[in-house]
Amino acid sequence: MQTPMVYPKRQLGIRGRAIATKVITYVLLLGLSISFILPFLWMVSTSLKLSQDVFTYPPSFFPNSFEWTNYPKGWRVLPFNTFLINSLIVTLSNVAGNVLSCSLVAFGFARLHGRGRNFLFLLLLATLMIPREVTIIPRFLMFSAAGLTNTLWPLVLPAWFGYAFFIFLLRQFFMGIPIDLDHSARIDGANNWQILTQIILPLSQPALASVAIFAFIGNWSNLLDPLIYLRSTELYTLALGLNLFRGQNFTQFNLLMAVSIITLIPVLLMFFFSQKLFVQGVSLTGMGGR
Amino acid sequence: MTNAQPTPITTPPKGKPKIGGMARKEERSFYLFILPWIIGFLLFDAGAIIASFGISFTNWSALSAPAYVGTLNYSRLIADQVFYKAMGNSLYYGLGSVGLGTIVSFLLALLLNQNVWGMSLFRTIFYLPSVVSGIAVAILWIMILHQDFGLINSFLAWFGIKGPGWLVQPQWAMPSLILMSLWSAGGSMVIYLAGLQSVPTHLYEAAEIDGADTFQKFWTVTVPMMSPVILYNLIVGFIASIQGFVTVYVMTNGGPANATLVYGLYIYRTAFINFQMGYASALAWVLLVVIILITVVQFIVARYWVYYEGDLKS
Repeated sequence: MQTPMVYPKRQLGIRGRAIATKVITYVLLLGLSISFILPFLWMVSTSLKLSQDVFTYPPSFFPNSFEWTNYPKGWRVLPFNTFLINSLIVTLSNVAGNVLSCSLVAFGFARLHGRGRNFLFLLLLATLMIPREVTIIPRFLMFSAAGLTNTLWPLVLPAWFGYAFFIFLLRQFFMGIPIDLDHSARIDGANNWQILTQIILPLSQPALASVAIFAFIGNWSNLLDPLIYLRSTELYTLALGLNLFRGQNFTQFNLLMAVSIITLIPVLLMFFFSQKLFVQGVSLTGMGGR
Repeated sequence: MTNAQPTPITTPPKGKPKIGGMARKEERSFYLFILPWIIGFLLFDAGAIIASFGISFTNWSALSAPAYVGTLNYSRLIADQVFYKAMGNSLYYGLGSVGLGTIVSFLLALLLNQNVWGMSLFRTIFYLPSVVSGIAVAILWIMILHQDFGLINSFLAWFGIKGPGWLVQPQWAMPSLILMSLWSAGGSMVIYLAGLQSVPTHLYEAAEIDGADTFQKFWTVTVPMMSPVILYNLIVGFIASIQGFVTVYVMTNGGPANATLVYGLYIYRTAFINFQMGYASALAWVLLVVIILITVVQFIVARYWVYYEGDLKS
């Protein structure tokens, strides 16, 4: 009696099965998409609610009224303008430092020969494995001995000495540029610096942009280093300021959400305008941004 | 050549190949170009690791001078219940978030790899949460996981289910953080998607000719071809998740009842709240050793499941 049960399945055929697969795929994709987007919508919805509407049971997904003033109101609770400026100083100098130092080092590894090059490159990749907890205490003590705690310097200086992931990314990209270009430039009398700045870097704009974006996002949302090094409120970055805000006003979720959204805007803009670069950076190295 | 000392060009030592003037000049440029990294490495990586090892044998509040205490910090560590708790929590979080994260991100990549309409839109949707990280997202998830007013429990309430106090009940706190980590699965998804798209189609065609069905193609072509990428993601993901603590710091600060006190948070507290630099360094060194051990084990186990193209043994 079991054979008749099998027939309809067989009659579905290759085409039928392909359609069934498609349907299942789209149902899954739609369901998952909604669950990935919902937190964002919830965030926006909460940021527009009145304080008393945040804590209602059962909670409403849509705000009863759109309180756009939550945004300026939240922003004024703490000196967020100062925090924004500090964040910009830290983030932009990290972007500049990383792009410059990592280009130099990557050029060395991609184009120049010297004893121990392979060993040094392995060492460079190995540093990606070192847990941050191991280095953070000596680093802190070092900056402390130099009298640089409670300044922005500890957040800014390390970027000027290269970062293994970015060096790796740029080196991979530089290796893809034909070496013949270097040779002909050398015949024309160009030195290494000229080859780097006039040939390699102009051809590497996508990779440089990837580095800049990863460095921007990584530093923009960095909480650990500001938490350890900064004491005075006027030096706080946005992430640390938001942490302070959370500690003081943990019941005002609408204002907290509004300020959180403001801090995410640069990251979101960057993502939407340069998604291709993200994906390129990822496929070039086989690694994510962090 | 690797052992050659920098000697004057005029008197090359016997038996060692002479380095030409050009090569010597290039070598000098090489070291000059990588100098920023070398300084950074000596100062911030190698120097820091060695210093950390030295500090772990001292009692140091960072305010007064360090006092040598021998292996006291390590014997204290062996008797410290919180140390075991924190290590266990980190391993729990690492295994949970990396294990589930790998499955979710691989599934997402498989779904997107099927020539679906609107693929780039879906990719954006899945990828975006992994790009926004940090405190803003942690605050958002405090709200989502809120016992009474949160998104998840309101959803469950539709079905008449009374959701738990996700972040306030010890048995639910860690699963909540793992669930939250899945929201960022899009980061590895992009890596897997790039990998899937580079699997040569002729392998699938060959498998089809041999009569393989979808599942067989998946297990005999897709998984072996993707295994190096998966291995890489497992290693890096595990290292990242075992040391991450900022999200935990913001969301639960280790509570309730130390249920989410992860190792990184314990080190942070010891060093920067209690100012016990010596003990914190000992904790950090144990973490380094554990990470190296886990990575070595992963590489050894990988011999049995990772396939490298051009590998004759396979």
